[in-house]
Order: sequence, then structure tokens, then C-alpha cells
Amino acid sequence: ASGAQGPALVEGVGLGMAGADSDDSLYPIAVLIDELRNEDVQLRLNSIKKLSTIALALGVERTRTELLPFLTDTIYDEDEVLLALAEQLGNFTMLVGGPEYVHCLLPPLESLATVEETVVRDKAVESLRKISHEHSPVDLEVHFEPLVKRLASGDWFTSRTSACGLFSVCYPRVSSTVKAEIRQHFRTLCSDDTPMVRRAAASKLGEFAKVLELEYVKSDIISLFTALASDEQDSVRLLAVEAGVSIATLLPQEDLETLVMPTLRQAAEDKSWRVRYMVADKFSDLQKAVGPEITKNDLVPAFQNLLKDCEAEVRAAAANKVKEFCENLPEDSRETIIMTHILPCVKELVSDTNQHVKSALASVIMGLSTILGKDNTVEHLLPLFLAQLKDECPEVRLNIISNLDCVNEVIGIRQLSQSLLPAIVELAEDAKWRVRLAIIEYMPLLAGQLGVEFFDEKLNSLCMAWLVDHVYAIREAATCNLMKLVEKFGAEWAQNTIVPKVLGMANDPNYLHRMTTLFCINALSEVCGQEITTKHMLPVVFKMSNDQVANVRFNVAKSLQKIGPVLDSNCLQTEVKPVLEKLASDQDMDVKYFAQEAISVEHKLRFLLKPLQSVSPIMSVDRNHGFESNKTYNKTKLNPAARDDTLM
Amino acid sequence: KGSLRNQKWFSYCIAMKTLFWNLNITKNAPVAEIHDLFCKKLQQCCVLFDFLDCVADLKGKEIKRAALNELVESVATSRGVLIEPLYPEAIKMISVNIFRTLPPSENPEFDPEEDEPALEASWPHLQLVYELFLRFLESPDFQPSLAKRYVDQKFVLQLLELFDSEDPREREYLKTILHRVYGKLLGLRAYIRKQINNIFLRFIYETERFNGVAELLEILGSIINGFALPLKSEHKQFLVRVLIPLHTAKSLSIFHAQLAYCVVQFMEKDATVTEHIIRGLLRYWPKTCTQKEVMFLGEIEEILDVIEPSQFIRVQEPLFKQIAACISSPHFQVAERALYFWNNEYILSLIEENCQVILPLVFGTLYRVSKEHWNQTIISLIYNVLKTFMEMNSKLFDDLTSSYKVEKQKLLPKKWSLHTRIKLLDERSSNIIEINIYKKTKNNNNNIKWIGDIKRELKSL
Repeated sequence: ASGAQGPALVEGVGLGMAGADSDDSLYPIAVLIDELRNEDVQLRLNSIKKLSTIALALGVERTRTELLPFLTDTIYDEDEVLLALAEQLGNFTMLVGGPEYVHCLLPPLESLATVEETVVRDKAVESLRKISHEHSPVDLEVHFEPLVKRLASGDWFTSRTSACGLFSVCYPRVSSTVKAEIRQHFRTLCSDDTPMVRRAAASKLGEFAKVLELEYVKSDIISLFTALASDEQDSVRLLAVEAGVSIATLLPQEDLETLVMPTLRQAAEDKSWRVRYMVADKFSDLQKAVGPEITKNDLVPAFQNLLKDCEAEVRAAAANKVKEFCENLPEDSRETIIMTHILPCVKELVSDTNQHVKSALASVIMGLSTILGKDNTVEHLLPLFLAQLKDECPEVRLNIISNLDCVNEVIGIRQLSQSLLPAIVELAEDAKWRVRLAIIEYMPLLAGQLGVEFFDEKLNSLCMAWLVDHVYAIREAATCNLMKLVEKFGAEWAQNTIVPKVLGMANDPNYLHRMTTLFCINALSEVCGQEITTKHMLPVVFKMSNDQVANVRFNVAKSLQKIGPVLDSNCLQTEVKPVLEKLASDQDMDVKYFAQEAISVEHKLRFLLKPLQSVSPIMSVDRNHGFESNKTYNKTKLNPAARDDTLM
Repeated sequence: KGSLRNQKWFSYCIAMKTLFWNLNITKNAPVAEIHDLFCKKLQQCCVLFDFLDCVADLKGKEIKRAALNELVESVATSRGVLIEPLYPEAIKMISVNIFRTLPPSENPEFDPEEDEPALEASWPHLQLVYELFLRFLESPDFQPSLAKRYVDQKFVLQLLELFDSEDPREREYLKTILHRVYGKLLGLRAYIRKQINNIFLRFIYETERFNGVAELLEILGSIINGFALPLKSEHKQFLVRVLIPLHTAKSLSIFHAQLAYCVVQFMEKDATVTEHIIRGLLRYWPKTCTQKEVMFLGEIEEILDVIEPSQFIRVQEPLFKQIAACISSPHFQVAERALYFWNNEYILSLIEENCQVILPLVFGTLYRVSKEHWNQTIISLIYNVLKTFMEMNSKLFDDLTSSYKVEKQKLLPKKWSLHTRIKLLDERSSNIIEINIYKKTKNNNNNIKWIGDIKRELKSL
């Protein structure tokens, strides 16, 4: 819209810039300036983003006297343009002539800090905060602080909201009279008529408290905190909670009880669940801020209440903090507090009616075992883990399984394995494929912890069953899982347990299963090594090149391309190449395409492989990995040298 | 907490007994007794029940329901029941029942258009409490001077917060109730308007979530209707800074009808706000959401339906540029909606009067789109529009046709060269900046020199 309103004004500036000087070196700049008033928002936006170029070309003086006044007048533009402008101006200090002139940037940023759109306003405040540090103490008082004051007493809520974020950056560097004024302004905004401003003030209260002298924290901030924490709107009260945590870190221990705790206690029992949720969410910070004594006396009962809250949202937030809370309890009484106060609540949460609560608890509960030690874990926690492993909600079971490592360290996983197994089996066969997918991802971890024997006996069949799942994503994940298992258990294990089964599927009547064989070979060839690949896998792949289904055939081509690097050059030349050539003359278009692609890759491969093998005999011993790494090694070694040459 | 529960239990026991032996006396008893009874029943109804557990306290729930029914019945039918001492009791009972922190939404991504709303479990009681409140406000015995002591600002604020309820039945009651409160308690009017403002501003700029926007707008629609002339600046500010920005909301479709009604109400009150409205809508015109664009076009048509010709002239230029842009939208519903304007007789007469201005604005688009659009309906609609224009002013039409063809020839190379220049400049300038930052870090005093460098660089372009 401003594009249509502004031309007259811009024309003056534009001409002044490009014409009056009769300096046509500035012609491209004139184009950019022209774009600043184009009707197309995108062009205006582009131009604004090049603002530093324009300023650079104009020079510091004309930037100050011509560009900035013009920009100050464009404040009625689209929000998107304004956002870009607000961001640019934060980096403009050098372009207006350095810290000495940085205050020139204040007028446009002041206007931007009053616009309606929150995103623009926030960006303007961010830029103002940034350039405030570049002001000298004198300029801060002469230019910056008056701006904050103007914003703080603006008519519309937007400017007052913006002001809230600026107090803390100028307070530390001004004289004591100005400091008193700033405190007064902040006080006024905390009791502002509109809740938007009170919210902004409440969210900046903690930050402001940090820069205040301790005496004023006690005299001013505490009363503001108390007032905001009992605001009529819960959206304000909940923001005061976070401020309370910051304030608590600032005060000496002996003042906490009288100055902060009554309000925080009240917040933990607020009638609005949003406020209680906030307390639960900030509980660990709060605990650290108030120290061990108050934690013991106040926070423990408060935490118990939050764990028993009537609103599931609050219980879930508190459940999430169980581990951290227990961890940070003072060491001398940690175990007693957990056993007598926290654990009973946790036990109840295990059978909560809300699945989010249970799942939040399940994601942290295993962490308690390291805190409580072996005996307590076996006696008290183990029954809970077992109960959660049987929970109706798969997410709960998954969260337990995914955190098994914590328990493993304390009591070893064997204790759990008997219950673990049914849980895993059930998840492995869950009707929702995403659940099945999630449990597959934990398989390598479980395999590592349970050991190869247990795995072979109980889990191997599951892993093979996933290979024939009817959802592709599961088959794919199962393939990848096999690879990770081989990484853990070694190639020999693979040859004895997995490879025969995988290769057996090559004769399956279902072509999807036959293809799975190929995908498995793709994934396994590298970890299994050259010998197994050449001896066992390759013949099967060759055989499948005669498959009736074209999809299988072109996947043979793809597989051959994939496992090529694992094979030696002789095998590539005498065995792989003929098969690929046969596929390249297949009837099917796609089979031809992939075969040709594989041939060209294989050709390069042989080309690379030969000289390397002749140069370094080690390569043939250290098959696939060595080959790969040697190639990259050569590359990286060459490049820096080349670059050095050109630079010199 | 334990003692509170005991206390509740105690009062609940009392409640049960009193109810049993007073069940049928209400109608014929002496006045004093009725008042006493009424008061007791109000106290009885302050007992809250747990509806999440649907089998708990069935007997108690039934008794409270019966008591509420009796109260509703009695306020609605018998005169002289509402005496002064009952006001605080009634308001207390209503407050205890309806004011609560709304529970978190079951579905965090609740979409009012797609999802089923979560219904209030305690509705069997809540509905009767609302009903009682409504009857109370509408009773011929209702005295605002007495009520205002209890229905105060704090009460209204809590009432407004309830508009966020997901349950449409509750919002419907709240709407009627707030409307009555606004009508009867004059002292609260400014406060109510201000708080609605705050709710809207929070909705627009902070949360984008509030379930009761449509209901609040509906109330405002009738409030605006009653504004005195000339409009106070407070009201104009409300229009420009709240109602117009409400158009930016993602969930506009839910309350657009009510919003458009409010906007048109403002125009009908005072035609001088027309320009603010139209320029405001143009400023917030949807860029990517075609569904919203169609809504905007609908609103523009509603506005044009009642626009004064003198106001039309002031906005026709930017407006028809936008309309032309809509006509060339690849989304046929947008183009179609814009082209429908030419089927509106009043709008057509406005266009005809200002043909000299409007036709040149839209001609190029119409001509181009008539050749390019993929949708046959759009093409035939455009032919009709072109035909209308031809009949309106055939000379202007011919002039534009010939100059359009000439322009088209000139346009292409010019555009190309400008863009090449900019592209070149972009590449150059980013290099320059890098070079200069490098130089600057090396030598801080060398400012003048490096600016000379840029000038030379730029000259070489």
C-alpha cells in the first residue's frame, strides 16, 4: 500500500541521491532505491534486504541524512518488509558512521517498535537491544532512555509492550536519577490496564531483576512479582512463575522464605491449571534456585501435590520432572524423601488414567534406578517397570524399553528379560506399523544388552519375521536392523544365523519377499565382507537375474552396482559384467536402464580399482573399507596442496 | 483440603434433606416462606458434582437438577420472587457453578471446522444454571441497580473468559447472557467493550486461539448498531485496530460472517470510515490462502453494496487493482468470485459512472486472462464483462485495445533489462561487502578508501 502512497517523497530522495550529485556511479543504487517503492512487495523486500549495500554506496553521511529519514517514513509498509527492515537496522552501526552516530538508528526502530504485528515489533526490540550496547553512556541517557520512556508511555499497547524489553539493557549504564525513573516506568507497566502489557512486563521481570541492585530487588521487584503472580488473568500469573525462579536465584537464602516462597506456594496451588502446569514445568529450575532446605520443607510436598493434580496436563509435566527432581535432592536425605514421599506418588502414576501422564513417567522413571541403587531398584522399581512393560498404551512400553540402558547399569537387564520378552513380542506384532517401526529401532540396543545367546533364542525369529511384514517401511527398517546386528555380533554370526534365512527367501513365491533378499544383500554385503558376499550372496543374486518379475531383475542390477565395491576386480570382470550385460539387453525398459547404469559405475570402479591394487598390495587384503578410505585419503591430500599453489 | 471436602459433604447432606420435604410447597406457600426456600435452594445448588465420573452421586445429581429446575420455573413464572437479599445468593450460586478454569483441550490441534468439540460433561447442571441466570436477567422483576453490586467488573471478566469454551451450547448461552448484561447494566458497557478488545488483540497477536470470537462479534454487531453519531474515536480505533486486523486470523472462516456484518454495520453508521475499511482489507489481503481470498471478495461485495458513490471514488483505484489481481488468479473460484461483481447491479452502476478510471485498471488483465485462463467458465465470464465494458464506452474500449497491443510489444525487453541489472548488482554487491568487511577488519581508518573502491566497482557495472 505504501508503494502507492509514497512516491512523491521517495522521488525527492531518489533524485537527490542519484541525480543532484550527477554521479552516475550511483545508478545501480538508484535502481535499488527505485525498487524500495515498487508496487511489488517482493521487489521492495529484495531491496530492503540489500539495504546495507545501498548504505555502503551512499556513504555514512548520506545514509544518516537521506536514507534513514526515508526509511522512517516507510513504516506503513507490509509487515514482511518491515520485519526485514527491523532486522537490517540492528546491524547498521558501522554504516551510519560507528558508535558515535548509532543513535541515528533510533527513530526508525522506534516506529517499528510500535507497529501492531508482534513479529516485527519483537525484531525491532531485538535490534534496539543490540544497538543499545553500542551507545556511549552519555548517548544512552540523551537518546536511548528518552525513547524507552516515550514507548513506555505510548497510547497504544504495542509501544508499551515493546518498552518492557528495553529497560534491562539501559538500566546498568545510566545515572542513579535515570535509574529511578526507569524503575518507576517499569512499575507502571506492571500494573498496566491492558493484560498484553502486563504479560510483557511479567515475562521481562526476571531479566530486569537481574540488573537491579539487590536493595531494589527487595523493595521493588518483590512487590511487582507478588502483584503479577496474583493477577486476575492466569496468562499473566503463569509468566510470573518464571520470573519468580529468576528472582529466587538473586536473593540471599535468608530472604527467600519471606519474600518469594509465599507467592510460589500460592502459584503451585493456583486455581488455574495453566499456572500449576508452569510451576511443574519449571520445577527443576525452581529447586536449584531455592536450595536444599526449602526444597525439603516446601518443594517436596508441593511436588507431591503436582504429581496428584486433578488435571492430567499438570501431572504429565510433573511426571516429566521426577528424575531430575530426585537427582537434585540434597544427598543426605535423598533416599528417604524418594522412598517415603515421591515413590508412593510415582506408584499411583503408573496406573494413571491418562496415557500422556503414564508415557511421560515411563520416559524418566528408569533414571531413578541409578539414584536408588541396586536393592531398592529390585524391590521397589522393578515391579513398576514390569507393570509399565505390560501397559495397554504402546508408547509407555516403548519409553520403558528405550531407556533400558539406565537399569542395565544398576541391576543388569537379565532381571527384566523374562518380562521384557512378552512386551517386545507384543510391540513387534502391534497393529500399528509405527509402533512396530519404533521397536525395531531399539533392537540393536536390546541385542547388545541381552547378549547373543538370548537374542538367538528369543529375538532372532522376530527380526526375520519383520522382513516379510506387509508394510514396506517395516521391511526396510528390518533390513537396516540386520545390518546393525551384524555390526554388533560379527560376520561369522551372520553367516551362521542370518544369511541362510535371508538367502532362503530368494525362492519365495512372493516377489516382494524375493526383493527383500536383494535389499538385505545390499545392506549386509559391506558388513559381512568380501568372502561371504562372493561365496554365498553373489550366486543367489546371479540366479535371481533370471526372475520372471522385472522388478526383481532390475533390483538385481541395482544390487550388483551396490555390492560392486565389495568384490574384487577379477570377479567383477568375469562374473558380474556378463550378468549385467545380459540384463542390459533385457526386454524391459527399466531393467535395461538400471543394468546400463550399473555397468557404467562398475566400469569406473574397475578403472579405479586396478591401479590402486597394483600400487598398494595392502588394499586387496583390507577389502572394502580400505578401498573407500584410501580413495578419499588421496583426494583430501591432493586438494589442499592444489589450493596452496593457487594462493601462492 | 480435607476440611473443605467435609464441609461440602455436610452441606450436601443438608441439601438433600431440605429438598425432600419442600418439593411441592413452592407454589402455594406464603411469600416469606418462598423466599426462604428459594434462598435455601440456591445454597443447595452451590454443591458441585463430579461429572467425569458419570456414576458417582447419581442421587445427589438428580436432586440438584430438580432444584435447579424448580428455581428456573419459579423465576420464569411467579412475580415478586426476586427480592433484594436473593441477589447476592443467586449471583454466588451462578459464580460457583459456571466460573471455572476451562480444561485443556483434549486435542491440542483442535480445528473448530474439522473436529468435534469437546462437550462440557457437567452440562445437565450447567445448562440449568445458565438458564436460571438468563431468566433472572430477563425477569420483569430484575432491577439493574441492585444487580450491579454483584454483577461487577470482576464477574464480567470471568464471564468473558468462559467464551473460550469448546462447547457451542455453552457459548450460545453466554452470548445471550452477555448481551442482556450489556443491555441492562449501563455502567459495565465500556468495560465490556474494552475487555472484548483485549480478548481479540490477544487472539490476533498472541495465541490465535479463542473459541468464542464468532459469538463476541455477534454481540458487537448489535452493539455497533446502537452507537451514537458522530462515532467516538474509541469506536473508530476499535474498527481500525481490532476488527480489520481480525481478518488476518488463520481461522477467519469460523467468524467471517459475523465480522463482515460488524464491518458493514460501521459503514452504515458512518460512511467516512469506508476508506479505512477498504484500505485495511487491501493491506491484509490474503497472499496464499485462496479460501480466505474468496471470503475477502465476498466481504468487499457486501461493502460495495452499501457504499456511497462519493466514498467509492476515493478507493476505486487500489480496489480495482486488487480485483484485477484476483481475476488473474489461477484459482478459478477466486477469479469467479471477483467477476461476479459485474452481476451486481449497484456495483455495475458504480463502475459505469467511473468507467474512465476503472476500465484502464482492469483492461489489461481482462484481455490477457481471456486468452490464457484454463477454466472455460472464467473465460466466458470475462467475455461478458468485456462486452459490458464495450457497451459502456466503446471509444475508450477501442483505444485501450490498440494501446494494449503496442504496450505488450514494448514491455518485454524493458522488464528483462531491469532484472538483469538487478541481478548483476546483487552479485557484485555481495562481493563488495565481503571484500570490504575483510578490508575493514584489516584497517579501520581506511573508510574513505574503501568507499571509493565500491564506487569504482559499481561504475564498472
